[in-house]
Amino acid sequence: MNTASSMKGSRQFDAACAILDRFGRDPARLIPILQALQEEYRYLPGELLAYVATALGLPPARVYGVATFYAHFTLEPRGKYVIRLCDGTACHVKNSIPILEALRQRLGLTAERKTTPDLLFTVETVSCLGACGLAPVVVINDQVHGQVTPERAVALVEEIIAREKPAAA
Amino acid sequence: MATELNEPEAINLERLGAAWRAAAAPLTRRLVVCAGTGCVANGALAVHAALKVALEQAGIRVVLELRTETPGTPCPAAAGTPAARLSVSGCHGFCQMGPLVTVLPEHLLYTGVKPGDAGEIVAALAGGQPVDRLLYRADAAAAPCRGPGDIPFYSRQARTVLAGCGELDPEDIREYIAGGGYRAAHQALTAMTPEAVCAELLASGLRGRGGGGFPTGRKWELTRKQPGARKIIICNGDEGDPGAFMDRSVMEGNPHRVLEGMLIAARAIGAGEGVVYVRAEYPLAVKRVRQAVADATALGILGPHALGTDHAFTVTVMEGAGAFVCGEETALIASIEGKRGMPTPKPPFPAESGLWGCPTVINNVETLASVPLVLAGGAAAFRTLGTAGSPGTKTFALTGHVRNTGLIEVPFGTTLRHIVFDVGGGVTDSTGAADPAGFKAVQIGGPSGGCLTPDHLDLPLDFDSLKTVGAMVGSGGLVVMNRQTCMVNVARFFMQFTQNESCGKCVPCREGTKQLLAMLDDIIEGRADAGILERLEKLARVVQLSSLCGLGKTAPNPVLSTLRHFRKEYEEHVLHKHCATGQCKALRKPEILAAKCVGCTACVRKCPVAAIHGERKKPHRIDPALCIRCGACATACKFNAITGV
Repeated sequence: MNTASSMKGSRQFDAACAILDRFGRDPARLIPILQALQEEYRYLPGELLAYVATALGLPPARVYGVATFYAHFTLEPRGKYVIRLCDGTACHVKNSIPILEALRQRLGLTAERKTTPDLLFTVETVSCLGACGLAPVVVINDQVHGQVTPERAVALVEEIIAREKPAAA
Repeated sequence: MATELNEPEAINLERLGAAWRAAAAPLTRRLVVCAGTGCVANGALAVHAALKVALEQAGIRVVLELRTETPGTPCPAAAGTPAARLSVSGCHGFCQMGPLVTVLPEHLLYTGVKPGDAGEIVAALAGGQPVDRLLYRADAAAAPCRGPGDIPFYSRQARTVLAGCGELDPEDIREYIAGGGYRAAHQALTAMTPEAVCAELLASGLRGRGGGGFPTGRKWELTRKQPGARKIIICNGDEGDPGAFMDRSVMEGNPHRVLEGMLIAARAIGAGEGVVYVRAEYPLAVKRVRQAVADATALGILGPHALGTDHAFTVTVMEGAGAFVCGEETALIASIEGKRGMPTPKPPFPAESGLWGCPTVINNVETLASVPLVLAGGAAAFRTLGTAGSPGTKTFALTGHVRNTGLIEVPFGTTLRHIVFDVGGGVTDSTGAADPAGFKAVQIGGPSGGCLTPDHLDLPLDFDSLKTVGAMVGSGGLVVMNRQTCMVNVARFFMQFTQNESCGKCVPCREGTKQLLAMLDDIIEGRADAGILERLEKLARVVQLSSLCGLGKTAPNPVLSTLRHFRKEYEEHVLHKHCATGQCKALRKPEILAAKCVGCTACVRKCPVAAIHGERKKPHRIDPALCIRCGACATACKFNAITGV
């Protein structure tokens, strides 16, 4: 998986070309293409969107329009650990918001600033993950944690920090 | 595989089913670990691994996958060594009790299983006595329940669409076939005309389970009649309603039932291709559906000669990208075409001009999962459950302040009382303790729906009865709310959701939901004037009438419904700036009780805005003009002297 820094250099779009070929360079498959690109690059840098537009024979505005319409696509780098807090009805009713506030406070984040400067964490809300029987739910990358409390959420974050930055923990 | 494709299909399905049964028969001992999203989150896969080890250590040979490629060869398990099948299943629906392990043939259900319990579970297999502490109990004092038949949560349901979720291995197509799977599709493809299939569905009265409630047979018939060689069937798995996970469970737990439904629909309308559109927030469902398509294609059930006939039917799977509006059929179509998910005006309806301009049927997951049942049992049998206007059953996601949260299935016509109190086990307070008198409302139908109150507890739930009280079945989300819930806050919660998800194309929804939200914020934050309720209602009706698509048309429903049933709460917020439940933070009035305050000044030190004043050892006072209602003072007070927070 490439990181943002590997966008420099002539080989930066090799992976993108491979993905475009995999989908037959079909403009109708723009969304799965963007999904695969975001999986590869972890976000959708602007120059990549322009490249995709050219490759698919679409106006850049069209590609940009699709990339900004869907909540899953992000044009800004996300953290290594993406923490999704569910604020769907069932989780909301079981007090998901205090968990969000606790996470934001611990990591110094806000509704606008979702990613920590060291690109380790992103905290965002999702409207429903479909795990309502376990409300309130927090997902960290692909791992689902159910019946979470603010304390437990912060503890999960501390565990990750201890693993990633043993010196800082 | 090549031989299977060339042979007549009836024998093919029979042979596959028989081979599976032959392989499974000697393995009477079977342990099934629930591997739905909920149980996996609670560590079900670790339980599965621990059980494997424990079984092996007990000298029992573990069969993880039934080998049936060479029919007629006896399964090695018959050789005499004790053996057990260890498999996974889809969501049982009782996620809070997970991880769940089913032991067959006794049909024991173990709850809250940890990897450390594996040894005991295996040891108990021989003895005949179950592990008592892992059995379900309604509460600590109650007698244990051996299995689903004894557990009220299950025994009071009618699981037909969900039958199989909980025992069937969703990744084993042969098990599905052995249980009769794909027979109905075969019958539709070889022994029925498209007209006959449509007629049977129409006679059954099956109505769309996604929220619209449109008769499925009629939708198919309208599409069948359209001219054009290319027709498409789309399965709408974009279950975006927060609080709903019925479709997720069906896709995860029995994906082949959905595919079979699609195959039958394809026969009915003359479609050669299908698309399953699954939300990306359901990675496990995506994986299971993709695998199911691959397995069905490998066996020739899908493909250029579906089930060995001349009919081609290929299925592709597409993941959504996080837009609630894409649950609306025209927006979904736009999304598949690689565009922004913006709805288009209807007419033309997708039946006439849908995906790529072709006649298209879009059906909900649960609707498609019901279709094989209709054909297999016949329309008359399907009608024996449910009501005359709404035959059959409905799955609901029962969540919120209720004892037993989870996925349930009951016949249409079941009362709300039965669902909340008999299946759900009654209402809880915010700590989770039982609160028998605590029922305030149930939100049904998610952000497009309305609320039901104690007055409606004996209302038989179906499409038509709910419309008369200003609510709708919707997709099946049922959120129970106790008396500590502020209904104005609930309306605001839903409005924020729909406003956020509004695609922005049409003015009534784009601007209207924004203004409705702003008005609700004014009400909740104490800024509202006396005329606001009238303006709120008026704008809500305008948005309902003039929005382009279902999102805008139904976005005002929670507001209108709560205004209808809880108008007093709104008036209290507006006229008296008071929230009786205390949930609306801005309306809290923290007050220090002079009788209890000893003047220790703990609260003074905690207050971030220096709003508390007083002399040491004398009762203190909070200045309401400065107070931001954060509650820090109340948390700090050791004398319970602060109220209203």
